[in-house]
Amino acid sequence: MIAIPEKNFLNEPRGLKSWLVTYDHKRIGLMYFFGIMFFFMLGGIFAMLLRLELFNPGKDFIEADTYNQFFTLHGAIMIFLFIIPSIPAALGNIILPLQLGAKDVAFPKLNLASWYLYVIGAMFFIASLVAGAADTGWTFYTPYSIQTSTAVIMTGTGVFILGFSSIFTGLNFIVTIHKLRAPGLTWFKLPLFVWGLYATAIIQVLATPVIGITLVLLILERVAGIGIFDPALGGDPVLFQHFFWFYSHPAVYIMILPGMGIISELISVHATRKIFGYKPIAYSSLGIALISFLVWGHHMFTSGQSVFAAMVFSFLTFFVGIPSGIKVFNWVATLYKGSIRFTTPMLYALSFLILFSIGGFTGIVLGTLSIDVHLHDTYFVVAHFHYVMMGGTVIALLGGIHHWWPKIWGRMYNETIAKITCGIIFVGFNITFFNQFIIGAKGMPRRYYDYSEAFHFNHAFSSIGAWLLGLGFVIMAIYLVHSIFKGKPAGDNPWGGLSLEWETTSPPDPHNFHSIPVVEHGPYDYDKIIPKSAYQDELEKAKATA
Amino acid sequence: MDSTGTLWLPPGHSTFASDVDFLFYVIAYLSLAFFVIVTVGSLYLAFRYRNKGKRELTSGIAHNVPLEVTWTLIPTILVFVIFVWGFKDYLKMHVSPKNAIEVKVSGQKWFWSFEYPGGVTEVNTLTVPVGKPVSLLMSSQDVIHSFFVPAFRTKMDVLPNRYTRLWFEATAEGEYDIYCTEYCGKGHSEMLGKVLVLKEQDYNNWLSEAAAASSSLSLEEYGEQLYRTKACITCHSVDGTANQGPTWKGIFGKTEKLADGSNVTIDENYIRESILNPMAKITAGYQPIMPTFQGILNDRDIDALIAYIKTLE
Ligand code: HEC
Ligand code: HEM
Ligand SMILES: [Cu+2]
Repeated sequence: MIAIPEKNFLNEPRGLKSWLVTYDHKRIGLMYFFGIMFFFMLGGIFAMLLRLELFNPGKDFIEADTYNQFFTLHGAIMIFLFIIPSIPAALGNIILPLQLGAKDVAFPKLNLASWYLYVIGAMFFIASLVAGAADTGWTFYTPYSIQTSTAVIMTGTGVFILGFSSIFTGLNFIVTIHKLRAPGLTWFKLPLFVWGLYATAIIQVLATPVIGITLVLLILERVAGIGIFDPALGGDPVLFQHFFWFYSHPAVYIMILPGMGIISELISVHATRKIFGYKPIAYSSLGIALISFLVWGHHMFTSGQSVFAAMVFSFLTFFVGIPSGIKVFNWVATLYKGSIRFTTPMLYALSFLILFSIGGFTGIVLGTLSIDVHLHDTYFVVAHFHYVMMGGTVIALLGGIHHWWPKIWGRMYNETIAKITCGIIFVGFNITFFNQFIIGAKGMPRRYYDYSEAFHFNHAFSSIGAWLLGLGFVIMAIYLVHSIFKGKPAGDNPWGGLSLEWETTSPPDPHNFHSIPVVEHGPYDYDKIIPKSAYQDELEKAKATA
Repeated sequence: MDSTGTLWLPPGHSTFASDVDFLFYVIAYLSLAFFVIVTVGSLYLAFRYRNKGKRELTSGIAHNVPLEVTWTLIPTILVFVIFVWGFKDYLKMHVSPKNAIEVKVSGQKWFWSFEYPGGVTEVNTLTVPVGKPVSLLMSSQDVIHSFFVPAFRTKMDVLPNRYTRLWFEATAEGEYDIYCTEYCGKGHSEMLGKVLVLKEQDYNNWLSEAAAASSSLSLEEYGEQLYRTKACITCHSVDGTANQGPTWKGIFGKTEKLADGSNVTIDENYIRESILNPMAKITAGYQPIMPTFQGILNDRDIDALIAYIKTLE
């Protein structure tokens, strides 16, 4: 029988207070995890309400104004409170120091501070719910955001504060990766998840200040009429769009790069196969991070920007697609002559390859100037970004959660139910979003409360898919919580991984390792080593006796 | 959306449509090919090399230069071709022909108004001749809107602080949807219109008749026409029922309470101010949602509306 270490970071020390003042990256990561899961649920509830309203054209149960607040809340919560902090601040916080063989992140107090900033920022969002939530869309476009009577200032302040939380995490990770690698852990022996977090952290530090400044200017415009964005005062509303996307385009890579990092881990570990093209994958993360700063104008092809600007932005957009494509090919090649186990994390990785590819290809369609003129601000875009953010990042996050769950809690969830749930989510997701490509291309605009009867069938179809998807998440919540208490003990290395986090106990000791680990092999050397795994031994024994 | 058109795209009725659609399908089929390679490739490999129960050492092949060069180079070349192609078509959309008919478009919460050469105006219907280039000079009275005609495969934002331009040449007679595609508040999804494409002869007849009509009608009749064509009807009734705005029935000469508690008598100047600067005085019990018609209605139009309101005893 596999035992769970008596003293581990979950129960040592005990008490709520010990959690609230903890400097332990694993505990802070877990507190982030509960935060983002709460907001994923809240954002998801708004999504379900939107889909319910969209089931029929015309009014089903809420007014247009309320609908507009709901899609703003859904989008803003999903972006600022869920997906941006999700992989780095929650999973990354827990796993990064373990993968580096470090005791903690470089600045543990800063880490705790960033969590508190997250909570404060989140409170502004919650408060805005009662103060008349903003109805601007998550993009806050001027001059609408200057004129609306809703709580734009409150939401904007929340986003501003959340930005600092994100910058602190990024800064912490950059220093941690540079300074706290275990002896022998050279840059090219780092797990690719670390590379993903590193590229992400660079964007977090460099891009986030811009959204902060932009929102301060917007708030000043509203309270003091400084005349920078308001055309009535000689300001330029399109300038706001440039500022906004200068952050928010790189931000979509804050969302996807860590997800790509997770996928590299999942595919290699669960295919028991050395990763194909380690360096191209690592460098392409950095390449994506750099080019991502230069493509913001592709959100503005119909905003009246100059033809020359549109040309440059379109060109660069295509070239940020290439490194992502290279990664996908490398992942597929990693399966060649591996030993693939169809575990839950592997199923998520395969789902990712399919869904992210669809997101990526439709991105190429949108990057094409003449076609984007037709598709911009239609449901085609809605489908595209849900395929990338949900089919990409969220699926990678779920894969990562299932991969590291036994490490974090020391216990395994029920794999059969988990695999079925993965299937429900995959099917539900495609039912919800695939047909939105079609209605978008047919001309259905986004952010529409009402729509013509011609789109009725497709909208109703989407809504049904959304409920199936929602069901998947409810099942997942149940079996994951159940596993925390009743799951089978998983042992130190249930999947047979080779990176350092699998060398400590599950759950890890409060100090991570009992002695400083020394790195003797790469994270993916499955051609040289067969990792020890008590959990796999048991599985094999059970199979042999059956 | 009608049932013609292709699987993915609605029927196309402008000179841009065939180019856009063709490129769309080129990319779609290329994507499909790559998608099949990735999906079938990964599923095939995953099953072919699935774990058979024992743990063992696996392949250490982590590089293959020819393969890696191929999968970098081919997509790079393809996207470059797509980029140039898309840019060429985009340029065409941006250079409007010299002989185009110019129509001024104004976007406003939540309707479109169009002003034709000669001063004829219409709300929410854009009438154009088939086979002639039409160039729209667009601006907004309030927030940003976006003018989108799916059947023409074209769209352009309508901004409050500058003019933007969009041109097209319709290739078939008919009626096509106009949508607003930049979120603009409560009525965003109601901000709809139609492009009415007529034979050139019919268009010319319509334009001269409309020009004549607006000068030959009596002032009251013309006011009634404006009441309907300028969308006052969407908020104001003439039979006494209160809609989003107060009814016009019997209001002339009445004394009315304002939201700030003061009283006004409804006379010509008050009506004029209500139309040009609706935020100045808000009627008690109503939201300040009436858009300004500054720049849309000229003096004669306002006189006509006043005359019409006077008739509504
Ligand atoms: C979006 C809805 C809307 C449209 C369209 C609209 N109005 Fe109004 N109108 C209102 C509202 C609401 C009020 C009352 C609040 C106020 O005084 O601004 C109002 C008030 C008025 C008044 C003052 C009436 C009174 O009893 O004090 C006049 C006159 C008027 N509108 C004329 C027009 C004309 C002329 C048009 C068309 C050219 C028009 N409105 C279009 C909503 C609208
Ligand atoms: C549970 C499944 C989900 C459903 C059913 C759903 C549904 C919707 C709907 C109906 C809209 C409004 C579309 C429009 O009218 O423009 C929307 C917008 C949006 N969604 Fe989702 N969504 C889901 C998950 C997510 C996730 C996981 C994310 C990001 C992590 C996300 C991010 C967004 C964003 C950013 C917008 C744009 C909001 C705006 O226009 O301001 N959604 N979604
Ligand atoms: Cu609009």
